Amino acid sequence: MIPEAAQIFGSDPISLVFQIIFTLVFVVFIFYGQRIQMILMLNEVKNSLLRLKYIRDEGRKVAIETIKELGKPVTDPTTRVDQFLEYISIPPEAMDPAGVVYKLEHILDIQDTRLKDEVKLMAPQATPTQVNNLETSLEIAMVLNIIYKVIRHYYILGKKTYSLYVIMQVQMALPLIMREAEAYAAALKATTYGQPWGDGAGQLVAGKLIYGHEQRKIEKDYLVSTIQIEGRTVHVLKGEGPGGNVGKPGEAIKQVIEENNGKIASIIIIDAAQKLEGEKVGEVAEGIGVAIGGPGVDQFKVEEELVKYKIPVNAVVIKEDVGDAVSPMRKEVFDAVDTAIERVKRVIMERTKEGDVVIVAGIGNTIGIGQ
Amino acid sequence: MGEESETTETPEPAQRVSSYFFLTIFIVLIISFAALGFAINSLYHGQAQGTDLVWPTIFLVIGFVGISFSTYVLFQTRQRVMQLSLELPPVMTTITCQKCGFKNQRIFERGDYIFKDAGPCPKCSDKLLVSAIYREVKEKPKKEIF
Repeated sequence: MIPEAAQIFGSDPISLVFQIIFTLVFVVFIFYGQRIQMILMLNEVKNSLLRLKYIRDEGRKVAIETIKELGKPVTDPTTRVDQFLEYISIPPEAMDPAGVVYKLEHILDIQDTRLKDEVKLMAPQATPTQVNNLETSLEIAMVLNIIYKVIRHYYILGKKTYSLYVIMQVQMALPLIMREAEAYAAALKATTYGQPWGDGAGQLVAGKLIYGHEQRKIEKDYLVSTIQIEGRTVHVLKGEGPGGNVGKPGEAIKQVIEENNGKIASIIIIDAAQKLEGEKVGEVAEGIGVAIGGPGVDQFKVEEELVKYKIPVNAVVIKEDVGDAVSPMRKEVFDAVDTAIERVKRVIMERTKEGDVVIVAGIGNTIGIGQ
Repeated sequence: MGEESETTETPEPAQRVSSYFFLTIFIVLIISFAALGFAINSLYHGQAQGTDLVWPTIFLVIGFVGISFSTYVLFQTRQRVMQLSLELPPVMTTITCQKCGFKNQRIFERGDYIFKDAGPCPKCSDKLLVSAIYREVKEKPKKEIF
């Protein structure tokens, strides 16, 4: 039949076959091009979802195994862990923003107490340090579960509706989401072992400054030690380690300022900061402002005190990417701690005079870092 | 109900690549090699006998495309399987003596933390201290343009 048709169209059979194929492909792409693109995008999302599911399941498994190992529970904690992973916390209404920070702080306090109580019930034999680490591990497992469920939601929604908008937004955001999920997956194992995170760089700076000096406990999970640097009295604040804990640096700084009746020559805050692509891990940068991350409650409280007493604030940050911040501390970050200490001392020397009182606060998760 | 009704209470293990998938790729690979072999054979003998070279050329193209496609898919699948593992990077603990400077580095053990008392120094019997815990990332040297 093809040779006859070829004779009619005046070409050889092979050319005719190719012509038909190309015409068919052209027509198919005109009508189904977008759908094919969506199928490819959905397939990409599906592959990532598969990996997210694996990460989520591994996270859950690691958390359960660690609870069984450290907490020696009488009953199987699996059901409780599963309930924990589905835990929700609802942020306060911000239609009338006045006082929302304190409402948020209250919610965060309740959440912290609730989660700690849950962990204590799941792992009755765990030490306070282990309870902190287990709480952090479960929180990470919870985040991984949420990431998986949100991506799964968009994947299924995309499949149901074949909406380019739904599929495209999840497909485009996936590379960054996967990076974050993989970082949390690495953090999970580090946390169960109690290894210091990259995020703890600021706490390590404070730890190195106060090691061997007398320390006293202050506001929630923070310690203060008073040391002398070149004739200045320096109150160094560090989160109480080595358990996984960020404490409440805002409250701690506020307390030390109030104890000194606001007579503080300078506050230096040290924290890990997210680096931009192209910047080196462990770069130390200096500037002004309250370098406290998180939901913003602590930053707000410190800023209120700064305005009240007109205290200058300096920041020293150690740069790392989000993956390094929540995974075991990299050597570059560890080495940068000594550079940061030198920078803190230089700021003290240049920005204050002898006899002044200075506050140096380490910020971050203090897991794996004692004092 | 499928994926919609899935709960986190009894999560199934992550789905692996199906063996049917590998079988299909394997068949495609065999057909591609056969097409390639046929094409080369026909081209070699065809040239000698002066016969039509259109079909051998088409088979040659089919063979190359088939082999490229199946090796690409196999490579992608292998990468995906390799990625399905959560490896903990080796973390090192450094123990030092504050007095004599004795230094020992070992793999991190559960319970280690920075500033932890690590017992007496084997050299001077003074206090040993966990002075560092970190992981070393070996990055390939990159040509930096910017």
